Amino acid sequence: MKKLNRRSFIKGGLATTAAAMVVKEKTSAASGDFDNYPEGMGVIVDLTRCVGCRSCEAACNKEQDLPEPAVPFDDFSVFDHMHHGEKRRTDETAYTVVNRYDTPEIDHPLFRKIQCNHCNEPACLTSCFVNAYTKTPEGAVIYNAKVCVGCRTCMVACPFYIPTFKYSSAFTPRIMKCIFCYDTRLKNGQPPACVEACPQEALTFGRRKDVLKIGKQRIRETPGKYVDHIYGEHEVGGTAWMYLSSVPFDKVGFDTHVPKEPIINSVKEFLAMVPMVLTIWPGLFVGFHLLATRKDKVKEMEKEAELKKAKENDEKEEQV
Amino acid sequence: MKLFSKERPEIPIVHHTKEDGSAWTIKEKLWLGLSVAEYKKQFFRNPVNWFMLMIFAIGIPLILGRYAFGLGWVTHASNDYPWGLFLGFGLFGMVPLSASGFMLGTTVELFGRKDFHSIERLALLNGLLGYFFAVLFLEVDLGMPWRLPYPMFVSLGPAAVLFLVAWHVATYLSVQIAEVLPAFFEWIGWLKGKRIIRKYVLGLTVAGIILSTLHQGALGALFTYAPAKVHPLWVSSNFQWIHFFVSSIFGGLSMVIIASTLIKNYMGWRCDDDFKNNLDYVTIGMAKGASLAMITYLVVKLVAVAHDQEWTYLLTGWGSYYMLELGVAVVLPMFMFAFGVRNNWVTLIRFGAFIAAIGIIWNRLNTALVCFNWQMYQEIPHWKEVWITVTIYALYFLTYRFIVYRLPIVYEWKGER
Ligand code: SF4
Ligand code: SF4
Ligand code: SF4
Repeated sequence: MKKLNRRSFIKGGLATTAAAMVVKEKTSAASGDFDNYPEGMGVIVDLTRCVGCRSCEAACNKEQDLPEPAVPFDDFSVFDHMHHGEKRRTDETAYTVVNRYDTPEIDHPLFRKIQCNHCNEPACLTSCFVNAYTKTPEGAVIYNAKVCVGCRTCMVACPFYIPTFKYSSAFTPRIMKCIFCYDTRLKNGQPPACVEACPQEALTFGRRKDVLKIGKQRIRETPGKYVDHIYGEHEVGGTAWMYLSSVPFDKVGFDTHVPKEPIINSVKEFLAMVPMVLTIWPGLFVGFHLLATRKDKVKEMEKEAELKKAKENDEKEEQV
Repeated sequence: MKLFSKERPEIPIVHHTKEDGSAWTIKEKLWLGLSVAEYKKQFFRNPVNWFMLMIFAIGIPLILGRYAFGLGWVTHASNDYPWGLFLGFGLFGMVPLSASGFMLGTTVELFGRKDFHSIERLALLNGLLGYFFAVLFLEVDLGMPWRLPYPMFVSLGPAAVLFLVAWHVATYLSVQIAEVLPAFFEWIGWLKGKRIIRKYVLGLTVAGIILSTLHQGALGALFTYAPAKVHPLWVSSNFQWIHFFVSSIFGGLSMVIIASTLIKNYMGWRCDDDFKNNLDYVTIGMAKGASLAMITYLVVKLVAVAHDQEWTYLLTGWGSYYMLELGVAVVLPMFMFAFGVRNNWVTLIRFGAFIAAIGIIWNRLNTALVCFNWQMYQEIPHWKEVWITVTIYALYFLTYRFIVYRLPIVYEWKGER
């Protein structure tokens, strides 16, 4: 065993090269070739138009066959519901919720609808180790419950706290999240149920690049009405659902600290290091091994040499 | 056991044959050479076992309930905190504390430090069991535990960090099984198997280093998916994997020091003289290594704060908590190690190891739970979640003890080897 077995060394080397190749594929996939379907659809949500009627919530509930809500959709007391000091969020019974924000800047409350933002480079997708998520060319981020293992990394990764888990189920748990009404509508070019249900036209559906233009136009044409920012244009690499607001976004519950780049970029540092370790480590440590055991080996060789000499001497003596 | 080992010279078993020349059967070896009645007697004499039974009495029904009624029955079913204690403690805490296998494997097999030989097997076993139970914790936490092999064979998402963790932990688990098997082969007396593995030991060790570097680091990298959720002091996209990797070095070493201390004090009958006499020496050696890793860790931590320009955070309450963690969990045991090494004060080292191991768990819980969603509320785990975590840990303890009682881990097999 002491002797470095050359064959096993080569075999090991091969295995790691093979592994390195696999990983190379990995990193290139991680750099996000799936992003930016240019014709993808999007929605712009105009907070100044939303009146908090919760019609979108009701429409989504129906469209997605979600369970009957504990509080009916025409009950507005839900806006005062707080959980751990937080406003309502999506859960396994609701893919979208509307929350009320009272801000000192203006004399009336603002309402914000949340749902999946259908990111261009979705964190949920890039973090999932069984590829349960797909970004479709239409712009939707959909989910395949058949392969999901339930590790909930996607929930950790989503910067907007959108995916939720069906904790209540022992045998058929799954991730529950807005899918842009992909199966029933988006696929056929129809707008999602919530957009269609909105009586105020607070939600505008169209190609992402078109609704982005509409948003910019509104900011330009009504100076002073909006803050000069479209939330989702650049946040985490851009999202299909974007927001317009009349007050700074952090006043109405938006996380303005999310990175401008896709979430996967902060993981790249590690992913880039993987092939390096795979290729350099084996040689490095086998080298260390040879160095570290060299003394032993030298000793061994000396001993052998001595033995040989002794033997020769013996033989010589015998001859003599 | 002490009870019997004094009266009966052939116990504890260290040889294939009894005094009279007949062979021990595997069954007898399993019962430690005791009769069933004797075995029961020694089992119930031990208060630790009563304590364990108490934990199991409630814990096992809870675990069954988790599978019958879903995760929501035992946890708070939080969508804000998708990961709770099962992963925070069981995966993120257990895995670094099990880095011992590759550490000592490297020292002995790769660097040829035969003077650490007496602790090598314990370190390997500690590694194997830690990983195995981390996977068990994962199996409790996964929503669909029956789909565990999916990321390997059914639907591959190779761009994800967790994909790497899954593959590496699975491969490394097999490597560690192979590394511990020789002890098992000696015990059952199948020397051929041992010789086969002996041939591959260098390859296994190198594989162990690579896999360990990567998945210990990958566990850290998992948190870089949430750069806006974890408090900036506990996450750093550039250095997170190094933090997790380097801290696993002293975590693993500390855990071996703890295990060996417990074994020496409570299982003295099982240790041979080689183990006992060398223990102080190897403990000092390991403490030396651990304190070096700790210095490195502190430096990289500092570099991360400087690189990400986080000095102002240090002045906040979170900053104090951060300093407290580093102070108690790293700096304190580091000085205990250094002082202990210099003055040959092994007891101090042993206490230091205890603090360092708890410190690792504290750090991982901070990253996964306390400082996660730092701008939101704090999640306090459900009592059932805590109980299940303790139950699985107790199972880990029992398995650990079961194996050390029997296999030649802390003693040398006297029969053919
Ligand atoms: S908002 Fe969250 S769940 Fe939706 S696509 Fe983006 S990362 Fe995924
Ligand atoms: S919970 Fe499911 S969808 Fe989410 S990351 Fe895990 S396997 Fe993927
Ligand atoms: S797009 Fe469809 S699934 Fe998403 S919130 Fe609207 S109605 Fe619900």
